[in-house]
Amino acid sequence: MFASVLSSLSAPLQSADETFEPIATPEIEWFTVVPLLVLVGAALGLMTVTAVTRRRPFHGFYPLVTSVAAVAAAVTTWPIWDRVQDADRGPFTALAGAVGVDGFSVFMTVVICASVVLASLLADGYLRREGLDGPELYILLLLSASGGVIMSAANDLIVLFLGLEILSLAVYVLAAMHLRRVTSQEAGIKYFVLGSFASAFLLYGIALTYGATGSTNLVEILDYLSRVALFDNGLLLAGMAMLLVGLLFKVAAAPFHAWTPDVYQGSPTPVVAYMASGVKAAGFAGLIRVLYLGFDTYRVDWQPVIYAVAVLTLLVGSFMAVVQTDVKRMLAYSSINHAGFVLVAVQAATDRGVQASMFYLASYTFLVAGSFGIATVVGRAGDARHSLDDYRGLARSRPVLALVFSLLLFSQAGVPFTSGFFAKFYAIAASVDAGSYPLAAVAMLSAVVAAFLYLRITVSMWMSDDEAEVPDRRTLPVPTGVGIALLLCVVVTLGVGLFPHLLTGPAGDATAVLVGF
Amino acid sequence: MMLAAASAPASFPLLTAAILVPLAGALVLALIPSRRAELLRPTALLFSATTGAFTLWMLAAFDRHDAGFQFESTHTWVDDFGIQWHVGVDGISLFLIVLTGVLFPLTFLAVSPKHDPKPYHAWLLMLQAGCIGAFAALDLFLFFIFFEIVLVPMYFLIGGWGYGQRVYAALKFFLYTMFGSALMLVGIVSLAFIHRDDAMERATPAQEELTALQESVDVRESSGVDVPQEELDRLDELRAQVEGADQLTFDLVDIAEGRADVLAQEQEAIEAGDMDARDSWNPLDWEAAKWIFLALALAFAVKVPLFPLHTWLPDAHTQAPTAGSVILAGVMLKLGTYGFVRFGLYLFPDASAFFAPVIATLGVIGILYGAVVATMQRDIKRLVAYSSVAHLGFIALGTFAMTTQGIGGGVLQMVNHGISTGALFLLLGMIYERRHTYEISAMSGLQKAAPVLAGVFTLVMLSSIGLPGLNGFIGEFLVLAGAYLTLKWWAVVAAAGVILAALYLLWAYQRVFHGTPTDDDLATPDMRAGELAYMAPLLALIVFLGVYPKPVLERIEPAIASLVEHIESTTDFVEPDAATSGFSGELVDSHAGDEGGTDHGAATDHGEGE
Repeated sequence: MFASVLSSLSAPLQSADETFEPIATPEIEWFTVVPLLVLVGAALGLMTVTAVTRRRPFHGFYPLVTSVAAVAAAVTTWPIWDRVQDADRGPFTALAGAVGVDGFSVFMTVVICASVVLASLLADGYLRREGLDGPELYILLLLSASGGVIMSAANDLIVLFLGLEILSLAVYVLAAMHLRRVTSQEAGIKYFVLGSFASAFLLYGIALTYGATGSTNLVEILDYLSRVALFDNGLLLAGMAMLLVGLLFKVAAAPFHAWTPDVYQGSPTPVVAYMASGVKAAGFAGLIRVLYLGFDTYRVDWQPVIYAVAVLTLLVGSFMAVVQTDVKRMLAYSSINHAGFVLVAVQAATDRGVQASMFYLASYTFLVAGSFGIATVVGRAGDARHSLDDYRGLARSRPVLALVFSLLLFSQAGVPFTSGFFAKFYAIAASVDAGSYPLAAVAMLSAVVAAFLYLRITVSMWMSDDEAEVPDRRTLPVPTGVGIALLLCVVVTLGVGLFPHLLTGPAGDATAVLVGF
Repeated sequence: MMLAAASAPASFPLLTAAILVPLAGALVLALIPSRRAELLRPTALLFSATTGAFTLWMLAAFDRHDAGFQFESTHTWVDDFGIQWHVGVDGISLFLIVLTGVLFPLTFLAVSPKHDPKPYHAWLLMLQAGCIGAFAALDLFLFFIFFEIVLVPMYFLIGGWGYGQRVYAALKFFLYTMFGSALMLVGIVSLAFIHRDDAMERATPAQEELTALQESVDVRESSGVDVPQEELDRLDELRAQVEGADQLTFDLVDIAEGRADVLAQEQEAIEAGDMDARDSWNPLDWEAAKWIFLALALAFAVKVPLFPLHTWLPDAHTQAPTAGSVILAGVMLKLGTYGFVRFGLYLFPDASAFFAPVIATLGVIGILYGAVVATMQRDIKRLVAYSSVAHLGFIALGTFAMTTQGIGGGVLQMVNHGISTGALFLLLGMIYERRHTYEISAMSGLQKAAPVLAGVFTLVMLSSIGLPGLNGFIGEFLVLAGAYLTLKWWAVVAAAGVILAALYLLWAYQRVFHGTPTDDDLATPDMRAGELAYMAPLLALIVFLGVYPKPVLERIEPAIASLVEHIESTTDFVEPDAATSGFSGELVDSHAGDEGGTDHGAATDHGEGE
């Protein structure tokens, strides 16, 4: 019986063999996937090495390997960037059209790698403090990042789905990483169940889109949709909506945001730093590729949707943040608000919009990773001290830490001379350029509401009267890794705030060359 | 000496230095180790005073006959958005910058914090840099950045060193002001894009001609025919016209002149009989302009503050430490009124003219409301805070009267209010230091124990009331005289505010300094020589500007005159004849002696009557 099934399965293949040439395996342009291979290779290497060696390596070995791998992956994008920026050659597709090699994918790869570096630096001290030291987190981090890199270069919906799953499965485990905290387990389960649900939507959307256009390749979809005027496009619109649900879930946009506060609150803090930066960036990369590339000709249909989602996300993120008392929850809601700002830029559907969202994601990566870095330290042993009261008197016991946190928070609030201000400015400018004045106004007003939350945290740190509340300096050790990460974040936040062209330059160059755009 | 100084600015960027020196000072302070805390104050004072010296140098080198911007310096900052570091100063901003330069060192001298001197001094230095930057910025984006950044140091000053309700006051101050300026950013960005679209549209004919000409030249060149030189010249000319048309700019002067061109053309068309000219859609025109103006006006109205957006002010002023109150009242409120003049009248003459009655009404309500509420305060610091609402109402009224005297009086009054109210808050700080209370009812008969303090307080208070012969009078008088020409009834009602000011301040003075002193009151020490020393410059200015305002007015006047001319050429607003003589000639001379003012008041009435 089994054999008959097999033969019936292979029957069409055989007939295909008879009529056509043997299937040509696609040419693999290896150099385009080097960053990906570096990340995966490092993850597998780390796993193998720690499995076969008995002795524990020296402190800081894992984050060192992880950071070096991520930096190496970022550095190996250089020749790709060079080739893509070359006026004669420009962006191209590789691996049988499944991967788009363009400025956008290179830029987002570097952003994701940066978030891996920051998260691994934060994780080092954290894991030892919590008695969880081991290679697992780093391996999962690298694997997850490889999924993000795939997403940001995906030129095919199936590849996009694969990237998303690689990214997500690792993050589900990461969320549940803290063995002894039940909230961490809960976060893992919640994220997993809801995330799978969203992935199912995405997959269904891919199927419907395939049904409507006959292809899963974004360039072919674009080509088909620009040639053929669909008489009845219900199937396509349904597919597009499903795709949007899946991707908007990943970037924590309202109304698909409900998981965010719970998961952020429960997950190990360094992992949250990665979720809010790397995962979000990858999600937006996928979203932008799908919308700007595949459904470019259908922008009239998706622009209003993104408009509405952006407004909702901005309002939910800012207003809900105000009533929180847990700093990690506050930052979770604020990250929703930031997602709203990126959506404001995405909604513009222009080069300027892509540039603004890339700028936003890149600068926000450092802001949010730094903020959760502080939360890692203040959370203290057990990773449970995240209430607003736990920040009281921080300026007295750890003034530098309080100053850095204030800088990152004010930057998130959009105070000038920081990267966060320019991020908001570019998003607003893109939206105004596209004529969406009300959206820009809503975004700015929501930023004022969100500012209240950042101010509440600074009030806690700086303006508490009670001397008795000042925490003991020794209970708040700052591990080397966190120190380095915070230094990086401060340098980037101020550097980009004073010289924004350091980031807008590459972001602008990256925009002009989205494959097929 | 004047000449030598005047030639210097070309080589030395005075304004940029005045902005960067305090910032450098804040960095230096951060590096001073905590155990050498005694170095903090002198260092801060040194940097602040250096800035003050720069501003005074600028005052000396300022060319008073020039109506345009001086000491300009321009550097590209964000290339792709055309954002520039463009600073400059004219008669309108000159004295505000000098005021900022002078008031800060005096504040450093006057007050030292009870705790954490390092961040305190650093924040104040950053505040000084921010304020000077905001007054000097000639790029809309740069202005917004400075306008916004000053919130942070002030937030920390109020929240860190203020009184009982400081956290509430600091939050309210920050959020209220940020709310005001949130829409301003959208407005500024929209304006820049609309201006670019307009420039591109205007360059279209040139672009078309260029393309056609280029084509024909290319054809002839390729076939070896000689091209006449004038066609080649024309080609270069067209290229120059087209170039940069698609470049965004936030430059205040570029955008204002761009708008002025559009408006002036329409104005000409209307005068020629085409009544529909205003309706023709132009991106820089009314339809967009009114919204952008409102977005900016909201930000300024919160900052001024205009009634009913003033509710943050009493809390912030009362809860702020003395230095915070001095700077808040003395300098930061002026960001709003200055914004109205620079980014309201200059950038949006049409919208300003349209909304002038509304804003003037709010100003007049502020004058009366501020005065009435001030009368009823039990806390003397809150009383002075509300008096600011009233005083700033005068400035708003004068500004939107849009006459030379009104605007000029408003600008002068900004400086006067900075001096008088700054001095008042310093004096209140002294009283608090001695008595640890701001309750009016807790004090009485202080003049027995502290006659010098009482005397100084009297002088400052009278200046704030607007007694002829002291600085407050000149500004208020010019505002009322200027407003009477265009906003007659507003001016009449506002004049009542002058009387109310006398009521609440004199009554408060009476309750605190007169009456029977208790033991506590008798134990109140008098002013020390040191305190008198730092008050002295302010007192001298109060008297000097009251008796001889000419040096200030003659520097303000050219800028105001050209501003009014700008408004007249772009809108149907016509300044009444009585005002066109300005105030530099007749009025200033008549003010050389303080009783001259009444004569001129009669002359103004006469002019209106004609």
